[in-house]
Amino acid sequence: MHYLPHTPEQVDAMLKSIGVQSTDELFRDIPESIRLKQPLSLPQGLSENAAWRNLQELAGKNKHAGQYICFLGAGAYEHYQPRAVSHLLSRSEFYTAYTPYQPEISQGTLQAIFEYQTMICELTGMDAANASVYDGATALAEASLMAAEATRRNQMLVSSAIHPEYRATMETYLHGRGISLELTPYWGGLTCQDALGKKINKEVAAVVIQYPNFFGSIENLQQFAEIAHAAGALLIVCADPVSLGVLESPGKLGADIVVGEGQSLGLPLSFGGPYLGFMAAKEKYMRRLPGRIVGKTVDRLGREGFVLTLQAREQHIRREKASSNICSNQALCALSATLYLSLLGPGGLEQVGNQCLQKSHYAKTLLSKIEGVTIPFQVPTFKEFVVKTEESPESINRRLWEAGILGGLDLGRYYPELTNHILLCVTEVRTKEEIDKLARVWGDNV
Amino acid sequence: MMEKLIFTKSVAGRKEDYLPELDLPAVDISELLPPQLKRGERPHIPELSEIDVVRHYTRLSRLNYGVDTGFYPLGSCTMKYNPKINEDAANLPGFSQLHPYQPEEYTQGALELMYTTQQYLAEIAGMDAFTLQPAAGAHGEFTGLLIIMAHHAARGDHKRTKVIVPDSSHGTNPATAALCGCSIVQIPSNEDGSVNLEALRAAVGEDTAALMLTNPSTLGLFETQILEIARIVHEAGGLLYYDGANMNAIMGYARPGDMGFDVVHLNLHKTFSTPHGGGGPGSGPVGVKAFLEPYLPKPVVARKEENGTYYLDYDRPHSIGKVKAFYGNFGVVVKAYTYLIMMGREGLKEVSEKAVLNANYLMSLLSPTYHQPFSGPCKHEFIITPKTLKETGIHTMDIAKRLIDYGFHPPTVYFPLIVEEALMIEPTETENKETLDEFAKTLLKIAEEAKVNPGLLQEAPHITPVSRLDEAAAARKPVLRWRPGSGE
Repeated sequence: MHYLPHTPEQVDAMLKSIGVQSTDELFRDIPESIRLKQPLSLPQGLSENAAWRNLQELAGKNKHAGQYICFLGAGAYEHYQPRAVSHLLSRSEFYTAYTPYQPEISQGTLQAIFEYQTMICELTGMDAANASVYDGATALAEASLMAAEATRRNQMLVSSAIHPEYRATMETYLHGRGISLELTPYWGGLTCQDALGKKINKEVAAVVIQYPNFFGSIENLQQFAEIAHAAGALLIVCADPVSLGVLESPGKLGADIVVGEGQSLGLPLSFGGPYLGFMAAKEKYMRRLPGRIVGKTVDRLGREGFVLTLQAREQHIRREKASSNICSNQALCALSATLYLSLLGPGGLEQVGNQCLQKSHYAKTLLSKIEGVTIPFQVPTFKEFVVKTEESPESINRRLWEAGILGGLDLGRYYPELTNHILLCVTEVRTKEEIDKLARVWGDNV
Repeated sequence: MMEKLIFTKSVAGRKEDYLPELDLPAVDISELLPPQLKRGERPHIPELSEIDVVRHYTRLSRLNYGVDTGFYPLGSCTMKYNPKINEDAANLPGFSQLHPYQPEEYTQGALELMYTTQQYLAEIAGMDAFTLQPAAGAHGEFTGLLIIMAHHAARGDHKRTKVIVPDSSHGTNPATAALCGCSIVQIPSNEDGSVNLEALRAAVGEDTAALMLTNPSTLGLFETQILEIARIVHEAGGLLYYDGANMNAIMGYARPGDMGFDVVHLNLHKTFSTPHGGGGPGSGPVGVKAFLEPYLPKPVVARKEENGTYYLDYDRPHSIGKVKAFYGNFGVVVKAYTYLIMMGREGLKEVSEKAVLNANYLMSLLSPTYHQPFSGPCKHEFIITPKTLKETGIHTMDIAKRLIDYGFHPPTVYFPLIVEEALMIEPTETENKETLDEFAKTLLKIAEEAKVNPGLLQEAPHITPVSRLDEAAAARKPVLRWRPGSGE
């Protein structure tokens, strides 16, 4: 049997040492009435070779972004990952380790997380970061709980230009705690400042804005920070970290808590997960951050090292009074992001950001020239933008697919008022030739 | 030797270029980005060449201890061997490069894999339906408890806000209940570690939402009164939640569904051999009995009977909603699926058989020297304490740290909280007899050292680049990041 090393002789010797006749005796404490009488109704085990063939067959039934030219984004992005990232991640000292409860033999993970926390703080303009949460959506939900606790208020004022799945996740998280979620509308592709200003009141714990938002538009955070702070509320920003190589950091623009989806930092698409929720805050809120946090300290000889710290917030110490129930986070994904950022450096990240801006702008301009296609939101966008079409998104995407192109997201699915609107994504990996092909196939519908 | 922080190795202007030149006509940046939105100061992330980065993180990896490095008997965490094929499977481009919003017809393989995994897990746990959406065990608890609350709410029963947990429970259980807006009723355990039925009967009532329990318990013992426990909770109108952290002990022998549990979560990163990654990513699928199926988070992966195709079912009016974006940690599910098809029905049963055999064997080797608070048989893990070494002044932590000097990862310490000075050992089925013998011999040797030279233990570990770190100082004056200009 796979991965079970015992020989029959060894099993006998072990049973003898225990003082029983058979392994069955070791299960005598399970009452007869609930003991399984028949084998599990599962197939027989496969050899490694047979399992591999099965996996290849299943993987082969999928058409993946490596085979098609991908213009689909909406919260999951194809960015270039330097090859060295996967090589370092496959060091099994990293991926087969547990949560670093024994710091003396976990300095690798601990220091990498400390470096990760620093990089996230640098990108976001914040003072403290945790060691990650499950994904961008849960990060936003956890940030909302943090803000509610910090302000002792029970309402979130949330832009409707936030990823719909993030809003849905927030609702699930906030429901049990009796915190309400109030949506505020967008106008022209951006969160409407006037409407938000009218809706804010003294019950609002935080104003929640995505940057760039779900439509790819770059929100003017400063104005929302001013509105929020004037009402005693916090500003929570959900940012695309890869955009922060070229966009001003949310911290500089007045954000109190910054979260986001770290998948853009070189993690594969993986059908939606595992991804990486990052979370950072101003110093004032440091002790309210959920989950694992690594801190620097010294040993008894004065040597510097790293430990999990501020554990009094955590579930295993504080139980029902903990800041969250999170235990396992996304440590290996955080390491992946750390490697990505270290390899690219500030210049590389800026280059990625610039190319996203330039290439998506080029695509937007090209598509806008096609008959029946318009750009409904005339605002600065980062790597995604919305187009309005006369032809149905379904029909366009089918034509694109036949030409080897994975088209954009049909926005009507989430925004009924945006029927016949498509969200397209152009990252640095797309070439001019590929964008030209997109426009050519799109325009060729006669 | 410790490694300097990567920031201090950075040299301004040094870089690797991973991107090709822009291959289309550039537009002036000020046309694309209003000046007030353009980043002023560059982030202080390192400027290094590839070899600098590779050496830095390779060196850091060598300061770490993983299952591939050595024995990792961490009770309740199930640090078993993670087969290499699992990694290769998750990296197949047909899985790793799949966009979550691709049309279903082009993701049939992924959906089939998820559907099959759900079916297998349901069979193993004795439940009727599963969701793979939760990203970790604690996330599964949250999902499961929300399902229970949705069930009570649907019946108009809004008084049920109390969650009962035994005092031996994982810290995630009470924290999860609080996250769902519930309060906790903690009940004591009996001397033998079992649930105190009198206390349970006194605790249940019309405000009981659920009892959260793991079986085998966190003491490594099978809860033999489970059917009576289920009856008490169900008669009071509450539901039974199964914390699947200890599922590695009973696969093929018993199923939570047959014990009366209504909701379970399973930790794929424990029982189903997906690596822990230094603390994630995990995956915590949740299984339910049929009457709770309408409340599962959406979408649910479903199969069309008419043509055998798979789809994501969003049309679920009673769903608790979403607990994260997309469909769960799919990459982790691929690894668990790989393990499941390789083990098959006999293999999974043998996993539990050998996990329990290893635990009982190790306990038999240690019990003459170390105090064993509960009599066996244990399941896949057991607890010992250094009570017999009390006069030496040695504590559990000292033994744990001394183990490091001998090349072992320490067991879980000081958990469960109800056992003083607990050392919680889970050898798992993938360890051979030779390793267990060596580990036992080492623990016995350490007991001898405690009597002769306690200082040796109290100052352990001796071989690591740093010894015991000042955790109190770390929390009192938190340094959570490097600052530019701070040097080291």
